Amino acid sequence: MIFELLGVPPQALFGQLLLGLINGAFYAMLSLGLAVIFGLMNVINFTHGAQYMMGAFVAWLGLKYLGVNYWLALVLAPIVVGASGIILEQLLLKRLYHLDHLYGLLLTFGLALIIEGLFRHQYGSSGQPYAIPDALKGSQNLGFMFLPNYRAWVVVGSLIFCLGTWFVIERTKLGAYLRAATENPQLVRAFGINVPRMIMLTYGFGVGLAALAGVMAAPIQQVNPLMGSNLMVVVFAVVVIGGMGSIMGSIVTGFALGVVEGLTKVFYPEASNTVIFVIMAIVLLIKPAGLFGRTR
Amino acid sequence: MRDTPRMGRDLLKVDNLEAFYGESHVLHGVTIEVAEGEVVTLLGRNGAGKTTTLKSIMGMVARRTGSVRYDGKEIIALASNVIARLGIAICPEERGIFASLSVEENMLLPPVVRPGGMTLAEIYTLFPNLAERRRSQGTKLSGGEQQMLAIGRILRTGATLLLLDEPTEGLAPVIVQKIGDVIRDLKARGFTVLLVEQNFRFAATVADRHYIMEDGRVVDMLRTEDIPANMEKLHNFLGV
Ligand SMILES: Nc1ncnc2c1ncn2[C@@H]1O[C@H](COP(=O)(O)OP(=O)(O)OP(=O)(O)O)[C@@H](O)[C@H]1O
Ligand SMILES: [Mg+2]
Repeated sequence: MIFELLGVPPQALFGQLLLGLINGAFYAMLSLGLAVIFGLMNVINFTHGAQYMMGAFVAWLGLKYLGVNYWLALVLAPIVVGASGIILEQLLLKRLYHLDHLYGLLLTFGLALIIEGLFRHQYGSSGQPYAIPDALKGSQNLGFMFLPNYRAWVVVGSLIFCLGTWFVIERTKLGAYLRAATENPQLVRAFGINVPRMIMLTYGFGVGLAALAGVMAAPIQQVNPLMGSNLMVVVFAVVVIGGMGSIMGSIVTGFALGVVEGLTKVFYPEASNTVIFVIMAIVLLIKPAGLFGRTR
Repeated sequence: MRDTPRMGRDLLKVDNLEAFYGESHVLHGVTIEVAEGEVVTLLGRNGAGKTTTLKSIMGMVARRTGSVRYDGKEIIALASNVIARLGIAICPEERGIFASLSVEENMLLPPVVRPGGMTLAEIYTLFPNLAERRRSQGTKLSGGEQQMLAIGRILRTGATLLLLDEPTEGLAPVIVQKIGDVIRDLKARGFTVLLVEQNFRFAATVADRHYIMEDGRVVDMLRTEDIPANMEKLHNFLGV
């Protein structure tokens, strides 16, 4: 009825809605990591896309050479890539904290290019397939559409990781340190908290979250060196719309914009690639700090 | 819960302390001593270097030289998080209440660094308003309540030396009186307090001794009982 009114077959609508949710799941996880890092460090982590790609590659390489399965990769890739992030923070990023955050942005942007270049050099730019784990093969017949199990997992899993992160930051003692250090790191340190170590671990965590998203993306996309930079263009728009630094803001905005993008594909496909940037332009005009952002 | 204060033993000895913000040289050899259980104030005009002295003791000024000994240990080169764990706590001039934390989260934020601190219940008995508002956002409190929160939260940690930076600034007379009561109560509990004040009349009601600072130096030291005889000098230094 309503579908006939809109002139859209329900399969197409739900199909695109699901696709939108899946994209939204990745937008949410990636912009969440960026928000956590930015909140504490004032660094816009342009290496985020490369670290997402590294997560997918760790999964792919692990499976190929070491027989590491998907589930193990889900744990190992964030640890490995997160640790590489910590090294990066200790060796390079740390030296830039006293400067304008433009420097951090330039450094991480340059690093992203280098990392992607190295992976391209090593693995070429054609994608490598990564099989869906056995437990998540198949799909559910929902009556109005088929829901592939793996895609359902991506949406649910990402929600769990995002809300888990939100819970830790907003509802626990550790999160209270983080929130306080975001406001006034010098005072939190004077209370006896090792803030530099907290910054290091937070960067590692944000990077780990990107890697986790990368592993989850591996069976959906091809694993290829540019998978991150393609996605990050949209993710940065999501971050601008949501407001840099807001935790719940980046989760909600991530999912919502995925869905908006999906719906645009149904109703006005020509605009589906630009709709997010149009929204970004409008938000910037009306509320420059972003929908959930506080001016700082 | 504490030993009765043994006045006399120096808990804090600051010797020839210099501090810099970037290129600007702000402290020019500050020397002060605070005995265990004592309440001592730093008096001085705006910009005299009182806040900078407290921050330098706490390790919050990046460039500092000279000597700061706490409980016999040299701490001039230590990071502020390490200094805090030795038992020094600061209540900053701007109060530093966190907007993204509730009153209770603010209260529980500073970690307990050593045993012997006050319990949360004792602190709420001292500041009943805070108990009522423990779920509110920290910065939704009135100025006086925020000041009490800023003091209250460092009492739990087991720190024995409290650095209080102008806790009465901008507050109504009844609140100032309340804060005076609190400081006397803290002294009775055995805390050692280094207090920054602009108002020597208030300082005289809570402290044992007073250092007078001018242009990044200590220019005089007075005992509270000597204040009446030195009113003219104080007026000159403090311009009140
Ligand atoms: N972050 C800073 N950067 C540069 N200069 C500073 C900084 N903080 C303070 N100063 C300068 O250092 C000097 C001492 O300042 P300080 O805040 O220690 O004074 P104060 O005695 O606490 O004054 P007030 O009574 O106004 O609080 C002043 O000249 C001030 O302008
Ligand atoms: Mg001051």
